[in-house]
Amino acid sequence: MTAPERLTVPLRSQEDVVVLRQRVREQAVVLNFSLLDQTKIVTAASELGRNAMTYAGGGDAIIEPFQNGGRVGLALTVIDHGPGIPNIESAMRPGFSTGGGLGLGLSGTRRLVDEFDLRSQVGEGTIVRVVRWK
Amino acid sequence: MDRVPIVKVGKFLLATIQTDVQDSVALVLQEDLAARIIATRSRLVLLDISSLQIVDSFIGRMIADISGIARLLDAEVIVVGMQPAVAMTLVELGLTLSGVRTALNVESALAMAGISDHNS
Repeated sequence: MTAPERLTVPLRSQEDVVVLRQRVREQAVVLNFSLLDQTKIVTAASELGRNAMTYAGGGDAIIEPFQNGGRVGLALTVIDHGPGIPNIESAMRPGFSTGGGLGLGLSGTRRLVDEFDLRSQVGEGTIVRVVRWK
Repeated sequence: MDRVPIVKVGKFLLATIQTDVQDSVALVLQEDLAARIIATRSRLVLLDISSLQIVDSFIGRMIADISGIARLLDAEVIVVGMQPAVAMTLVELGLTLSGVRTALNVESALAMAGISDHNS
């Protein structure tokens, strides 16, 4: 494994979330992320992957390493076709949860990354894209 | 399914999470530990997470829950060996695990619990 590689990880079971963490870690290592940056983006991937499993029964994750010009970063997009998020503002609030968790998933994930973009349509699904720059 | 091994060492239980585990394995650990605390009448559990490369909100909550469950069963959990990058990420995530005792390694955990290598 030497070159950065764009890849898709299907999220169909809990084990796939483990696979997602491993793949994100591998790409972060390829991009020469510091250990702390690796840990943050892998943790963010874990939160988003689990969200897709918990709330939508699964989805797909796209890992995109960037290495163009002077800028190096890792983008992760998690797409699901679940029920969507009716109130994004509430969902982003620390402590808000409908899934029995601590409600730290989304609000905490946002703090672990440099860019955070969440789009959701009730009845259609949710797309979350995060980027961690090196 | 994989299980986190729990061994009895002298007066205490040692549970070592050796690899990245999926959520269900963490939940089984909660049940296993509660059962072993009762079966062995142990009052101290060391939860070694030094091999864990990340602790996300789910695993963080699991650690806090295990600690709380043990306390109700008259036992104490000391979380051992959290990696610095994991600690920094957890706090940024919003989880400080207040109320969970931690130690940098097994030796200091035992010292904290008042158990030396000689009388364990």
